[in-house]
Amino acid sequence: MSDLHTGTLTQLAASLRARKFSSVELVTALLARIERAQGTLNTFISVTREPALAAAAAADRALAAGSAGALTGVPIAHKDIFCTRGVRTTCGSRMLENFVSPYDATVVAKLGAAGAVMLGKTNMDEFAMGSSNENSYFGPVRNPWNPELVPGGSSGGSAAAVAARLIPGATGTDTGGSIRQPAALCGITGLKPTYGRVSRYGMIAFASSLDQAGVLAASAADAALMLREMAGFDANDSTSVDAPVPDYVAALEQPLAGLKIGLLQEFFEQGLEQENEQRVREALQVYERLGAKLRVVSLPNLPLSVPVYYVVAPAECSSNLARFDGVRFGHRCENPRDLTDLYRRSRGEGFGAEVKRRIMTGTYVLSAGYYDAYYLKAQRVRQLISADFTRAFQDVDVLMGPTTPTPAFAIGAKTADPITMYLNDIYTIGANLAGLPAVSIPCGFVRELPVGLQIVGPHFGEARILGAAHALQRATDWHTRIPAGYA
Amino acid sequence: MSAWESVIGLEIHAQLSTRSKIFSGAATAYGASPNAQANLVDLGYPGVLPVLNAEAVRMAVKLGLAINARIAPHSVFARKNYFYPDLPKGYQISQYELPIVARGALDIELEDGSIKTIGITRAHLEEDAGKSLHEGLPGVTGIDLNRAGTPLVEIVSEPDLRSAKQAVAYMKKVHTLVRYLEICDGNMQEGSFRCDANVSVRPAGTQKFGTRAEIKNLNSFRYIERAINFEIERQIGLIESGGKVVQETRLYDPDKDETRSMRSKEEANDYRYFPDPDLLPVVLEEKFIESVRASLPELPDQRCARFASQYALSAYDAQVLTASRELADYYESVVRELPQEPKLAANWVMGDLAAALNRENLEVTGGKMPAARLAGLLRRISDQTISGKIAKDVFAAMWSDGASADAVIEQQGLRQITDAAAIERVIDEVLAKNPAQLADYRAGKDKLFGFFVGQVMKASGGKANPAQLNELLLRKLK
Repeated sequence: MSDLHTGTLTQLAASLRARKFSSVELVTALLARIERAQGTLNTFISVTREPALAAAAAADRALAAGSAGALTGVPIAHKDIFCTRGVRTTCGSRMLENFVSPYDATVVAKLGAAGAVMLGKTNMDEFAMGSSNENSYFGPVRNPWNPELVPGGSSGGSAAAVAARLIPGATGTDTGGSIRQPAALCGITGLKPTYGRVSRYGMIAFASSLDQAGVLAASAADAALMLREMAGFDANDSTSVDAPVPDYVAALEQPLAGLKIGLLQEFFEQGLEQENEQRVREALQVYERLGAKLRVVSLPNLPLSVPVYYVVAPAECSSNLARFDGVRFGHRCENPRDLTDLYRRSRGEGFGAEVKRRIMTGTYVLSAGYYDAYYLKAQRVRQLISADFTRAFQDVDVLMGPTTPTPAFAIGAKTADPITMYLNDIYTIGANLAGLPAVSIPCGFVRELPVGLQIVGPHFGEARILGAAHALQRATDWHTRIPAGYA
Repeated sequence: MSAWESVIGLEIHAQLSTRSKIFSGAATAYGASPNAQANLVDLGYPGVLPVLNAEAVRMAVKLGLAINARIAPHSVFARKNYFYPDLPKGYQISQYELPIVARGALDIELEDGSIKTIGITRAHLEEDAGKSLHEGLPGVTGIDLNRAGTPLVEIVSEPDLRSAKQAVAYMKKVHTLVRYLEICDGNMQEGSFRCDANVSVRPAGTQKFGTRAEIKNLNSFRYIERAINFEIERQIGLIESGGKVVQETRLYDPDKDETRSMRSKEEANDYRYFPDPDLLPVVLEEKFIESVRASLPELPDQRCARFASQYALSAYDAQVLTASRELADYYESVVRELPQEPKLAANWVMGDLAAALNRENLEVTGGKMPAARLAGLLRRISDQTISGKIAKDVFAAMWSDGASADAVIEQQGLRQITDAAAIERVIDEVLAKNPAQLADYRAGKDKLFGFFVGQVMKASGGKANPAQLNELLLRKLK
């Protein structure tokens, strides 16, 4: 039973249904791996051993009774941004170090209803703000391919845990690349669905118009299985879309012949490391061999993504994080002198440097006299970027390019200069601004570090991009590679 | 003629009478124990999201149609950001650049009877904040979030009002309207209907606005009038003594009858409004707006005009009777029972009934005097069973023990005497008992006629039909 962890989420679900092993056995094995790796990788903020074992036992009973759901008994982890009833939800922040949510996020409830067993809450950049997971109050997550390197962020804990096979699948959130970038840097599959495809209810908000819940898993097939259970309209989220959820698993096997792939010209121009580019181009050649048609596509406004994002996201965050005021929940300073002191110190002590930077930036761009020049202008450019994508999808079925400019970088390498750090999301932000689904899949290695290929689809084109990703994963084995020491 | 003209605009906050809150499913009922009606959304918990209450939208559209405003086919909720302990999210969800209702108007009647149209700039939907409690909590502040998230419609007038009296007339007009529309209970004591007043003064005959002060949270008609009058006097006094009005927010203190500075313009918050990304724009189709229009009740002005013509009432009577929908409904219920006597019904509803209700601080809808019961009394006046004067006693008896008019009349033997022979008998007795006065009368002292009427009425226990009594007495005295 020592190799249970190598099973993919899809395989594990099938094996559990076939009763090859029990959920309790599987959960026990993975809990041991999680605890063993915690000292090195720091992927979890909370491990919920007892409730997980109890849930696994219940899952085994359901499996025995033949009343199992799609994920019954399958272990998963939730990014610590999703509220979980009775289990603390920290959002990677001192502000919520001891916050226990009285309710479950819709995503948590849906995956629970499908039978998944939560083993714990994964580490993340504080309030999902960061691209390296160095902004966590609970310490940085390390990349299983090389513990000196970052795993990416903000869903770095989920990505590293899946890469190290501590967990077959985990939830994440993606506001500017926070699923796809760590997926690329950790060599796994990371899916950000269409804005509105998955409910945001119970997901602690960073930038509401950009945030979207998604999946980190070993393969496109696993991502499809998890997404099928997570997606759908939620009456508690006005921005969730009331559209039927297709069977993403059934849609995986689609013929690739004739698929029109657009190469995002702008992505191959800005700061892309040459070897990274090489791996991406090799993957594109595989697609050509499989019968896809490649053409170069230009999205002229796309290079403005980063500045637009760093106006819109901080603006929304400055407002979203105002509720953390020390009055009703979260960190409260000792012995406040008066109300202002309570606000100042509770927030000053509770938030980390990057969160404060973004709150200040956001407050500034919304201020009287600056709103038009920053916020309004950014929103206009955002529409132009959206329009660029819409135009592109008139000619091609999917867009492809690199997920990141470089493979994983060293811990501490970019912390001194926020702008360099922000530029790490240069290829991923566009999909958030336009609300499009996008997936990052592993497509090779540079210096023994994984490289990600990004596939962007039109609105609600999850089945299409997962199908394309699945096709590459049937033709290559990059997604099956496991970091040394975790095999 | 004063050398100064005052310019006033009102921002009225009317709490919409939806069952649940504007963005959450929590109940809105008043008076629950603190925080019993605040759910996770109202508390601004991490991860929760607002979901718009469709009924609040319908109510705002009703108001917009009733003031002939433009209903925005596309309106947007925005966040108004500021920190305050009873504002759980650190922002209030309101509407800013694109309100649901714009450019309406209401007519008010001035003291001289002329009509003035008051422009309404806009009306928008927003959520109310909670309350900070200090009473009985030494050293700490309590927060009650029951009110947080209660739907409000803020109705912003143009600076068209020129006196405190006009402001009150306008406020009353809106008050009547929202209750007619059944979108607000109008309870000012509980804060369901309140206003902020923007007040400035300028030399009479000039066009340029003076610097204004905003008086916050006025929740009675009396306070509005007094606060505005105080503020006008304060500003005039300030300018005349060489000072300058500063733009600021002021609070009215009813105990001292004065307004006091709360914060200056410099200290005002920069609210950093921006569209709320958690809520989609409110898109209203023409079909929906028309369905709301079709559901509108008869509005106060229309009803007032109809009362005047249909029931041949004076403009004044029609206005008083239509001042509230409940009163107008009551009046019409009485008239339905007694279609031949609309004027009599008006006199009683506005007179004895209103006085009795006032005395005991009761509402006409309270059930103390159902319309059918009052109509029963008026029927006996109308068919001359009792006189108007006796009717007052019958009414008093009905009021105190809840009996019907007929029961009271029977029980107390108050039936009016219309039998001419019986009245003549009483007259004969009275004349026989007062020979001196009779002689004086016949000698030309006409004034004594009243004396005889009084004596006969008294002898009949007040039951003699007055008209008959007069006629018969005159004949006898000839």
